[in-house]
Amino acid sequence: MLYIITEKTKKVLISPKFRNLIFVLFIIFLSVGLFEALILSPQDYLQSDSVRIMYVHVPSAWISLGIFSMIAFLSLGVIIFKNKNFVLISKSLAPSGFIFNLIALVTGSIWGKPTWGTWWAWDPRITSMLVLFLFYFLYLLSWKLFEKSKAVKISSYISIIGVINVPIIKYSVDWWATLHQPSSINVLSESTIHSSMLVPLFLMTAAFALFSMLIFLMKYNVELIKVKNKGLNRI
Amino acid sequence: MNLDLFIMNGYGLYVWSAFAFTLFNFLILYKVTSRQLVKEKAKFARKYESLNSDKVILAYKQSTNRTFVRTVADKI
Repeated sequence: MLYIITEKTKKVLISPKFRNLIFVLFIIFLSVGLFEALILSPQDYLQSDSVRIMYVHVPSAWISLGIFSMIAFLSLGVIIFKNKNFVLISKSLAPSGFIFNLIALVTGSIWGKPTWGTWWAWDPRITSMLVLFLFYFLYLLSWKLFEKSKAVKISSYISIIGVINVPIIKYSVDWWATLHQPSSINVLSESTIHSSMLVPLFLMTAAFALFSMLIFLMKYNVELIKVKNKGLNRI
Repeated sequence: MNLDLFIMNGYGLYVWSAFAFTLFNFLILYKVTSRQLVKEKAKFARKYESLNSDKVILAYKQSTNRTFVRTVADKI
């Protein structure tokens, strides 16, 4: 069953038509999202126009957290089921997750200057995001340093250990005194953010998710062709 | 020309640099990954081209290879 799902998924993932569709959707969502975020959405009564940084900072943070959680989940699958496709998927997800983590840190720092008066603070949320960045870095580094079978194991353990940090990031604003405000968007209760800001935020999140999907598809193809190239050598 | 969009009540430098940094990173990541893909496809095309007819039949039996052959057909 797992093999059938894996093979069917693989066919979709390597289809150039699917990749083109994702690219077109990304351009549409990004254009509308940027227009909403930079022009249509209102200023904040306290932060004025600097609040617009939220439209790149928050989606980047969400996606980097989501991707790392996915990598950890797949890595667990790699260790338990020894599924080679899971290895390729998690390895292909990592570069976009890493870049989104970097964007979240840098745009957060840019937002911090006009809001808190400092570029950087050793605040629990910022520090835990930096820890996630280091885990991403170690994950990617393990693929560069070790030969394949060793890298599979080491990178899987790095992501599984690193995923402990994900709930720490999420709840850091509730557990500790922090410069960050508590979360404004809640799944279980009503969000405290107005729809005029929520719409551009979701549009930008969709655009960023589509971009990470696009990079993942391209990277997955790269990794799969590398495998196939080795296969051609053996024929 | 309305400069408010650029000035943004004095926060323009922060807002525009955050958006520019994001889009610049997108562009770099896209370019790097795209270049890797082109390189690997070219390598695949070269290897596939060098196979003899028996090996081509064997390789073509795999559905993933078939898809990649179609995408690099112009290079073979």
